[in-house]
Amino acid sequence: MLYFSKLRIISVIIFTIIFSYFAFSNFIKFDDKFFSKNINLGLDLQGGSYLLLEIDNQPVITQKLQAKIIELKRYFKEKEISLKNFSLKENTILFEASDNEFENVKNFLNDKESDINAYYQQYKSHEFDVSENGNFFNLTYSRYGLVLLKNSSLDQAIEIVRRRVDEVGTNEPNILKRGNDRILVELPGLDDPNRIKSLLGKTANLTFQFISQNNEESFGTEKLSFEDGSRDAIVGKRIILSGDNLVDAKPTMNTETNETVVSFSLDRVGAKKFGRATSTGVGKQLAIVLDGKIISAPTIREPIISGSGQISGGFTFQSATDLALLLRSGALPAPLNIIEERTVGPDLGQDSIDAGILSLIIGFLLVILFMIYKYRTFGLIANLALVSNLFLLIGILTLFEATLTLPGIAGIILTVGMAVDANVLIFERIKEETKNEKNPIIAFDAGYTKSRTTILDANITTLIAAFILFFMGSGPVKGFSVTLGVGILTTLFSVYFIARLLTSFYVVRNKNKEQLL
Amino acid sequence: MANISFNKFYRQFNVLSLILIAVSLVFLIFKGLNYGVDFKGGTLIELRTTDKTNNISLIRDSFNQMNLGDVSVKKFGNETDFIVKFEKQNSNDPEFIKNIQSKLSNSIGDVDFRRVENVGPKVSSELLKSGIIAISLSLAAMLLYIWIRFEWQFSLGAILAIFHDVIITLGIFSIFSLEINLSIVAAVLTIVGYSMNDTVVIFDRVRENLRKFSDIKIFDLTNISINETLSRTIITSVTTLLALLSIYFFGGEILKGFSLAMILGVIFGTYSSIYIANPILVALNVSQRTIVKEEKD
Repeated sequence: MLYFSKLRIISVIIFTIIFSYFAFSNFIKFDDKFFSKNINLGLDLQGGSYLLLEIDNQPVITQKLQAKIIELKRYFKEKEISLKNFSLKENTILFEASDNEFENVKNFLNDKESDINAYYQQYKSHEFDVSENGNFFNLTYSRYGLVLLKNSSLDQAIEIVRRRVDEVGTNEPNILKRGNDRILVELPGLDDPNRIKSLLGKTANLTFQFISQNNEESFGTEKLSFEDGSRDAIVGKRIILSGDNLVDAKPTMNTETNETVVSFSLDRVGAKKFGRATSTGVGKQLAIVLDGKIISAPTIREPIISGSGQISGGFTFQSATDLALLLRSGALPAPLNIIEERTVGPDLGQDSIDAGILSLIIGFLLVILFMIYKYRTFGLIANLALVSNLFLLIGILTLFEATLTLPGIAGIILTVGMAVDANVLIFERIKEETKNEKNPIIAFDAGYTKSRTTILDANITTLIAAFILFFMGSGPVKGFSVTLGVGILTTLFSVYFIARLLTSFYVVRNKNKEQLL
Repeated sequence: MANISFNKFYRQFNVLSLILIAVSLVFLIFKGLNYGVDFKGGTLIELRTTDKTNNISLIRDSFNQMNLGDVSVKKFGNETDFIVKFEKQNSNDPEFIKNIQSKLSNSIGDVDFRRVENVGPKVSSELLKSGIIAISLSLAAMLLYIWIRFEWQFSLGAILAIFHDVIITLGIFSIFSLEINLSIVAAVLTIVGYSMNDTVVIFDRVRENLRKFSDIKIFDLTNISINETLSRTIITSVTTLLALLSIYFFGGEILKGFSLAMILGVIFGTYSSIYIANPILVALNVSQRTIVKEEKD
């Protein structure tokens, strides 16, 4: 056990040096790209915001079901089957079929080839579950239909969220899907998340609708209030133009009124629609509606055929900039709610780093002094193993660009405290063996061999805890499990390669001395 | 090697442990745990005031006027730093925090929000659930591991020792109304690992001694094993505690709860490896035959 081949010695040394080099690269800047890796600091250390957003899919579901009703009506009309009493209740489409057509309708709805109720081969499921109640059919989204709907709205939403966050221009944002209705947004280094939060909180559904004068619009009317809450207006439900047709929007100064406005330009289809509507609607008021609130309702003085226009609404430069940004990035498919927010200011992050490093140094020194006091020379060996253990641990975290959090630093300090355990087990065992065995080389050898299973058992149990924490934990706590887990592996390496190497050198040289340990 | 008759006091310490567990359970059942925003939902704000004359009651009054539900205010380290927690969590209003900050500045002067945690009810119940699952899973995994490595009597002893440590640690958190948050879950899991580690070291020695001495009864055999491993037990506990005390005193306010839970866990983990795990081997009548039989299988 105490014999090391040259090859092994060299590889241990090289391995240790390489990882120590990575560890140091956090503090010293190397020119070489490969070595200039850094540990990522978690949001709790560098400051920043963690936002968990949840999509409220209900509006999308309602919208899709309404569209489905129209589709069903059209589909069966083409098949010359008449259905009646269509209604929508609690996310269920209900309709009635006559006795003689009932089976026919049922066959269409359960047909795997037909597209009225799409069949997904990979899930072995239709888009809708069909149940019958008398002559009524009930259609609800099947489990997979709902999953697909949610996934597609999540995909759209994440794209819009990304555009909005990018437009604000924060430092390396991290935007990820979580499940099928959540989006995680990490914004490192962001001191004030309020602007992003209010940008993400808006659906930004822009529509242009005429203000109704006589309450007799063909599409019906709705009552909407003005953004500033000053008054209400009756607005025709017909949508002249929506935000989808916008190609650009930016804040500008209207030189005539000296007011900040948002000017927009439309795509070709939009420009045509807008031109037609404004030609027929001269003299009418056109309401500009954002998320169900009227921003302003200017009177059309002349047809606008250029495909560009301005939105006024008493904006400040900031609010005009934000509106332009929202319009450029597009509307969210559904509203987003912030269900979890964690924000740490950069100065608190720095304080945490300072406190973490201070306690690491103090903990480290205390352990080192204690080991020297207990074991003298062998304490030094254990300490050397401990130092290289620390370098290896930080080096590995750096190499994999792991994220270091405050609990992660605690994990490192804890590793320092627990890492000596393996060496202590070995040294204590050697002491016992020395009582019966006069030859120190044999005694040391036996000490290593006999303590091995215990050390493995003891470390595997901690490793199990770290693994479970890694898979179940979230955010900063995950950082703890990473340092704890990696710490165990580096501990075993430092004990079985570095400390044993040093021990064997020392013992072989001093084998004639009495009482080595 | 030390030669202390640990086994003479098995009974007394078992009674003591039972009392501690009973007291802990009574508190856990009737008083419950003081869940932080992670598990209860709500908002936590760590703030720093510029005006040193601000005190807890002034800050509490300002928050109480804002209709935020139950408000709790605590000093947090520095005399200008406070932790404010309240029930309300408003996910539909992105300006929620901004409004609080501006109202607060009006009443108590400039404040810096150093940390804001805002957890919705759905997320908090999910976090609680996954925390409980994580702890249960780790217990199950330990049980499985030790069951594979040892005989069932040993796994029972080790698991009971872990339950003892976790229940008493949580009991102390309940008695002193210390806050339970995500990092406490991490601490509990680490305690589970540490306690197991400590027990396994002694058990390994018990098993070795069962093979070595054919004529010593388990009652004395556990005592020999405890004594043989005692200096390791002490040294490792001391170095781990040194590291943890350093986190507790110098690691900043945020890690205080975590390090305290760990310190308690290490103390009880060390104690239970000696006084819970071993008496159970005695009570289950583990003998040389227990392992011989296993080895024949």
